[in-house]
Amino acid sequence: MFGKLGLDDIPYHEPIIVVTALVMALGALVVVGALTYFKKWKWLWTEWLTSVDHKKLGIMYFLVALVMLLRGFADAIMMRTQQALAAGGSEGYLPPHHYDQIFTAHGVIMIFFVAMPMVIGLMNLVVPLQIGARDVAFPFMNNLSFWLFVAGVALTMISLLIGEYGKTGWLAYSPLSGIKYSPGVGVDYWIWGLQISGIGTTLTGINFFVTILKMRTKGMKLFRMPIFTWTSLCANVLIIASFPILTATIALLTLDRYLGMHFFTNDMGGNMMMYVNLIWAWGHPEVYILILPAFGVFSEVIATFAKKRLFGYNTMVWATACITILSFIVWLHHFFTMGAGANVNAFFGIATMIIAIPTGVKIFNWLFTMYRGRLEFTSPVLWTLGFIITFTIGGMTGVMLAVPGANFVLHNSLFVIAHFHNVIIGGVVFGMLAGLTYWFPKAFGFKLDEKWGKRSFWFWITGFYLAFMPLYILSFMGAVRRMQSYANPEWQPLMIVAWVGAVLILCGIACTVIQFIVSIRDREKNADITGDPWDARTLEWSTSSPAPFYNFAHLPVVGSVDTFWEAKKEKGMAADKPAQYEDIHMPKNTVAGPIIGLISIAFGFALVWHIWWLAGVTAIGMFVAFMFRVFNDDIDYYVPAAEVERIEREHHKRLEMQA
Amino acid sequence: MRMKKNLGWLGILPLIAVLLSGCDGALVDPKGQIGVELKSLIITAFWLMMIVVIPVIVMTVVFARKYRHSNHAAKYMPDWAHSNKIEAVVWLVPCVIILFLGIITWKTSHSLDPHKPIESDAETMEVQVVALDWKWLFIYPEQGIATVNEVAMPVDVPVHFRVTSASVMNSFFIPTLGSQIYAMAGMDNDVYLVANEEGVYDGKSSNYSGEGFSEMTFDAHAMSQDDFDAWVDKVGQSSETLSYDGSYQELAEPSTDHPVEYFSDVTSDLYRDIVESFHGGNGEGGHDGDHGETSMSAEAAE
Repeated sequence: MFGKLGLDDIPYHEPIIVVTALVMALGALVVVGALTYFKKWKWLWTEWLTSVDHKKLGIMYFLVALVMLLRGFADAIMMRTQQALAAGGSEGYLPPHHYDQIFTAHGVIMIFFVAMPMVIGLMNLVVPLQIGARDVAFPFMNNLSFWLFVAGVALTMISLLIGEYGKTGWLAYSPLSGIKYSPGVGVDYWIWGLQISGIGTTLTGINFFVTILKMRTKGMKLFRMPIFTWTSLCANVLIIASFPILTATIALLTLDRYLGMHFFTNDMGGNMMMYVNLIWAWGHPEVYILILPAFGVFSEVIATFAKKRLFGYNTMVWATACITILSFIVWLHHFFTMGAGANVNAFFGIATMIIAIPTGVKIFNWLFTMYRGRLEFTSPVLWTLGFIITFTIGGMTGVMLAVPGANFVLHNSLFVIAHFHNVIIGGVVFGMLAGLTYWFPKAFGFKLDEKWGKRSFWFWITGFYLAFMPLYILSFMGAVRRMQSYANPEWQPLMIVAWVGAVLILCGIACTVIQFIVSIRDREKNADITGDPWDARTLEWSTSSPAPFYNFAHLPVVGSVDTFWEAKKEKGMAADKPAQYEDIHMPKNTVAGPIIGLISIAFGFALVWHIWWLAGVTAIGMFVAFMFRVFNDDIDYYVPAAEVERIEREHHKRLEMQA
Repeated sequence: MRMKKNLGWLGILPLIAVLLSGCDGALVDPKGQIGVELKSLIITAFWLMMIVVIPVIVMTVVFARKYRHSNHAAKYMPDWAHSNKIEAVVWLVPCVIILFLGIITWKTSHSLDPHKPIESDAETMEVQVVALDWKWLFIYPEQGIATVNEVAMPVDVPVHFRVTSASVMNSFFIPTLGSQIYAMAGMDNDVYLVANEEGVYDGKSSNYSGEGFSEMTFDAHAMSQDDFDAWVDKVGQSSETLSYDGSYQELAEPSTDHPVEYFSDVTSDLYRDIVESFHGGNGEGGHDGDHGETSMSAEAAE
């Protein structure tokens, strides 16, 4: 009846997990209670969960990402605490069984359930507005993508309470992840969590690729697109090209585990090196999926706040395109020490270094955008300056790792950990926090509190350097990654410094939470009436804040990259009222998205625990729900011109009142 | 002025240098020829990169300060967005650096190839290494002995480590001596290392391999030829022996924090038997191959 699932699989004897479960239950209770008390269930369902509005989906992606950041960071601080304690014979407070799950979960959550949804959330919020579109190409699919992502998150969180998570590292290298060496359900949770959310990501990639290519407003040629849209386009090309590799690789691993096949096993002709190759053929493009949109954010931020055109727009675009292509021919640098010949290693090493050239050019172009500008030190700018310096150092250590000879001693050491946190925190996290602050008014109609934003920045950047510079040094002392304990007591002082750094980052996260609370409290004071709070350059700022659900009453016409900026300089604030309004064609909300997403959680759970009847029922359920949607013709409607006029009037009235 | 704090980051670089010179780290103070060459390679790459890194950090701080919003003395050109001269420089400088680094990379990838024998007057000694759950088995085919979690070698004698695994993937790594190499079941991988100074160096797996990974460590002893001979004698006096169908199977069972063990006698084909046990198409093991180079090397498989 319940497959492999038994009462023993609930870890009620582990105090850390019980406390976590209680906190989570309490949080859920508060949310459910509040929704019931304020009678908000219907509002939640019709306005948010079933919404196909790209802006709302973007906000939901970001919200889930921030919640998962707390979970992923809890893992991080537990690991740092363990390593600060477990020196010279001490076992610390986490046994390997627990520690190994934590570093696996930390990696998976931070990449798939924090960084990815932040990037995808920001793309959702911004890209259609930047290209002057009213929604994405496939609005239902967009909602479904979000729910499949939520299903992946849910499965991963369930693993904390029922069963276990993988103890394999975030990429689940075979044969360790095979059934022989990992007989438990941890790897299965990993498999189904990533497969279900990965399909969502692939659909997002297709959706935004088509949206950007086909739905740009009149006059917006490719080389008139804002840089964030360009970097999103390239990231989506990478998603389309690389996520199927991940799906296929995990599918082969699934066949090994569920049907006793031998793609990646030690014996019977299996080849674990093929697994490592395939997973990195996805894994390397993946890091560029994360960093390219962050580059886009910095480009927008720096041009806006330097009050100046972006330096070398064409170069930026070509550099982005170069990086996109090169990111596919460097995956072998993740395993120079596997034993490939010198020619192979040298080729991939040099290919990797070549990526540093377009990346370096981008950095200089940001610098020359500041040059002869008028730079306002808002918190997005602080994140950008912090990024330029931090990312440059991270890029340098990346190039060092790309030299195969150096890699022979740095591989798998803490140097690698320090390097990728150097580029992912310094690049992706800083970029997403800059983007959050920058586009928050467009989503909610008021600005975030600057004081707490700046405090968050200073905690994050100081914490980052304290947490990760010691790891570089430890790697020179011979410390490797993923150690639950270590014999050498000389490493302990630096491990403690790293722990202090993690605590400072915690303060940074706390500042962001306080920032939200303070900003919501002061929302009237920080309200963005004009829709253009930063005196910015791109189309999303030409509509009101928060943007109306149809984005633009009239689709804008574009003559250059900086059309909106130029129009403002010529005519002053572009608030001219059009003579008449037209009906607007919009997609209807969907119940199929959340239903399929929710059923897929049960589907994944059933497969993890070999509950075959449930897997069958839920598979049919998803299919039926999908078919209902497919044969439903009532998926769109027209917003009457009168309604558009009413909404626009209100906006104009507010504008005039302020003036 | 807030931005002055940014200058603080510059301080990190010398700080690292000071900390590095202060600690007696494995990579900072290598004890073998390969390690020494790797160290100088890392330092060269570091300084080459500094040619770009330092200007970027300085420019960030200077530009941000000079072109701050409140500084009306600075030139403001909102529509200036292109300069062929600047574009040429920002492409050219990274290109030149990467060209240099690329040449160094090509050369060192070959000269420091782990599979390449080390030139030396002394004859190279072979040690066969098997990663087990969670310990290291070292087989000395020339001496006919084997050890667990302890390896010894005479100084200045190049050692040819042939590396495989009888379990999951591991990586054989003695940081003080130099390069690591993956240990994979069914694969006959190899790395050449040499110790030029006597001492006891930490050895470990650097590739996470499961529950006992953290304690999967060993001591690598570099000693004089006389001491080494004495050590071989000592191991040879052990009452334990090792054969594929016998005590090896027992040893291969998972164990954590395994003590050092000596084996005075080892069946001559043990290493080959272990590698080939994963080659059988029907799970019988590969005992029927001829005694030539039948095992697949990782390099050939790439």
